[in-house]
Amino acid sequence: MSDTALALRGIAKRFGVTEALSGASVVVRRGTLHAVLGENGAGKTTLMRIAFGMLQPDAGTVEIDGAPVSLSSSADAIRRGLGMVHQHFTLVPAMTAAENIALGGHGLFRVHEEAARVQALAERTGLGVDPSARIASLGVGAQQRVEILKALARDARTLIFDEPTAVLTPIESEELFSWLRRFVADGGTAVLVTHKLQEALSIADDVTVLRRGAAVLSAPAATLDVGAVVRALTGEERREDAAQPGRHATRSSRGARVASLDGATVLDARGIVRVHPATLDCFAGEIIGVAGVEGSGVHELIRLLAGRLTPSAGSATLPATIGFVPEDRLRDAVIEEFSLTENLALRSAAARTGRMPWAALHEQARAIVQGHDVRTPSVTTATGALSGGNQQKFVLGRELHDRPSLVVAENPVRGLDIRAAEHVLRELSDTADSGSAVVVYSGDIDDLLPMVDRMIVMFAGRLREVPVAHAAVAAAMVGAKMGAEPDALVGAT
Amino acid sequence: MQASRIRWIISAVTVLVIVAAVFAVLLAGGYDSSRALAALWDGAFGSPYAVLSATLVRATPLLFVGLAVGLAFRAGVLNIGAEGQLLAGATVAVTVGLMVGGLPRPLALPLVLIAGAMAGAAWASVAAWLKWKFGVLEVISTLMLNFVASYTVSWAVRGPLQEPTRVYPQTVELAESVRLPALVDGHRLHLGFLLALALAIALWWFLTRTAAGFRVRAVGASASAARSAGGIDASRTAALVFIASGALAGLGGASEATGVTFALYEGISPGYGYSAIAVALLARLHPLAIIGTALLFGALEAGAAAMQRDANVPSVLATVVEALVVLGVLALDRARAPRRSV
Repeated sequence: MSDTALALRGIAKRFGVTEALSGASVVVRRGTLHAVLGENGAGKTTLMRIAFGMLQPDAGTVEIDGAPVSLSSSADAIRRGLGMVHQHFTLVPAMTAAENIALGGHGLFRVHEEAARVQALAERTGLGVDPSARIASLGVGAQQRVEILKALARDARTLIFDEPTAVLTPIESEELFSWLRRFVADGGTAVLVTHKLQEALSIADDVTVLRRGAAVLSAPAATLDVGAVVRALTGEERREDAAQPGRHATRSSRGARVASLDGATVLDARGIVRVHPATLDCFAGEIIGVAGVEGSGVHELIRLLAGRLTPSAGSATLPATIGFVPEDRLRDAVIEEFSLTENLALRSAAARTGRMPWAALHEQARAIVQGHDVRTPSVTTATGALSGGNQQKFVLGRELHDRPSLVVAENPVRGLDIRAAEHVLRELSDTADSGSAVVVYSGDIDDLLPMVDRMIVMFAGRLREVPVAHAAVAAAMVGAKMGAEPDALVGAT
Repeated sequence: MQASRIRWIISAVTVLVIVAAVFAVLLAGGYDSSRALAALWDGAFGSPYAVLSATLVRATPLLFVGLAVGLAFRAGVLNIGAEGQLLAGATVAVTVGLMVGGLPRPLALPLVLIAGAMAGAAWASVAAWLKWKFGVLEVISTLMLNFVASYTVSWAVRGPLQEPTRVYPQTVELAESVRLPALVDGHRLHLGFLLALALAIALWWFLTRTAAGFRVRAVGASASAARSAGGIDASRTAALVFIASGALAGLGGASEATGVTFALYEGISPGYGYSAIAVALLARLHPLAIIGTALLFGALEAGAAAMQRDANVPSVLATVVEALVVLGVLALDRARAPRRSV
């Protein structure tokens, strides 16, 4: 047998005009734990999907146990001894652990035999799971163990973990890591896709860093330090960024305090802390950029500030009028089959009584359409018939129409073409200049940096203010602490 | 608008195709199709009697209950329980009517109708509460409550409400003062029809012109956007609509009891609450269009009864047509406008 468990060589993959991977290579040695690091959009997930047969590469080869293979589906990958533990579990909540593990098998399902088989497997692998427990009654850590058992029950020798600790408590993460160390010590192989840099360096044998669709660093973890990995993650050329004057450098004064969070905490439905006590002040005339990966609590923070979530502890002091541009436009901002006028009316619908002043609303909608460059045949056109960019311009226009003192925008340029994106960002800038406080979250920090006065980063539910510079933001997003950076400027309690 | 006009045309064509298909089956089954068709037409429109004592009388409860279902569906509340709410309305209207029969009509009749509407609202609020409190799907709870209502009527007309001779499973007849007056002398058409027409127009006005109606439409179209962009309490809006929908259905029951049957008995509703779903869906939940579809199905049911009498064709055929229309309209809508997965 080859001593390479899994190798991806020169993988390229393109989605439309976006090049997700451009010749990325990762070589995973048998019996090791291999961490794959990268920023949002670096291509980690795409690469792992290709490894697991869920996507087919445009170019490059996938090798399993040293032999080139062509995987047409994840069933192919499973047959060849690969297993994947997804970030969002693929378990049926109403079924037991044993039933979930048996799912996808063949032939008869014998409850007791299957339970005994799972019990034996659980004991052999040290993954404590009660085979007869319903998934819905299990905690996240236990569900993840079921997910791992599911892969092992199909004789997986190489396990791919996609952000496995994103949903775990620190103690559960520790347990997972010690299990992983035992798994590789017994000859198993594991690939850990993560954005958490410290975690990767502390437990992995080898580290590969992806940036913009290619592997830019691949080395044993023992030979790497935090600085080197951060430089690889963000790119050397980014260092110049700090010297480039953004908006933050050109502004001198800020206005009155408009909104503030004081130890505001958010728990999710299961009682897990999504936002640890956060403290933040927003001042008139400034733009605060927010960064953070999926699951870092960034969306909850945005909704706290937008007044769409009430803190379960601490307080949020918000102005009476808030403009909110949510990320999922068609779910949270507009109703597709409603006309532009009707979607305008939506904003003030809760408090309105009596008759709808349609004539006045049409007039206002026309003013928004003109003032914000919304391309539409008329204000009675169904909103769903407009392009995404025009919908977004309309939403922004609506939210800015009553001159709110706080504007919160969540990924406002996602999916927009360059012109529409520029328009939206410029309008947000102008709004701050005219005296509102603006908070913008973007998945792409390069969009944010030129326009913001301050940057805050969410990592693992904790809010932290960082310098307005790419390297500092990128490092904070992966939980790295950089040299002399002031760590707790703003309430990282 | 162009797109909506196309949808109306599709609906109309669907109905015609289905009626034609049903008659083709009749022909194949050896029935005298031309005679059946003639009977259908005569029974629905062939005479003043057909129009004023059959079609419009049949259409009245369908209109009330069609509006009830249409309103609920507009808010995203899948109230399948209009039948039960109608029965609750009829039962309480008759009960109250028997008590207040001695009062003058201007006092007694409104009292009876309001009691019926409140009974329908109360019946719906059971399901609304179950949904709000425990997340019980209203499709299940309202359907189950239909059976409860139906068997409660069976019990009541053999128990506490049975006429004094205890021979027939029904109540005594209502006094003249609590009967809805006839609109045309010698015909069965009653004031309830005008009341239902007025309600259809009022409901249309409410949904398109008032702030509360706008909230109902917003919640029905997208509860998440209504909440996030509008700050609307979507669950509360849906619960209120649920109860209002029950009130409309209950009023329909009261109208039927005080305008047509003048007594309560089993089978007072031949499934109006279920036909109403077809009425509302074919009208695409538009209150004014519901007037049209209620009249269409009223005519269909009146004609089907005549068809059974004259051409020996089973009258359940009307129900078959209604069911096929619902399936046809739903399938075509889905095929034309594939929705975003939620």
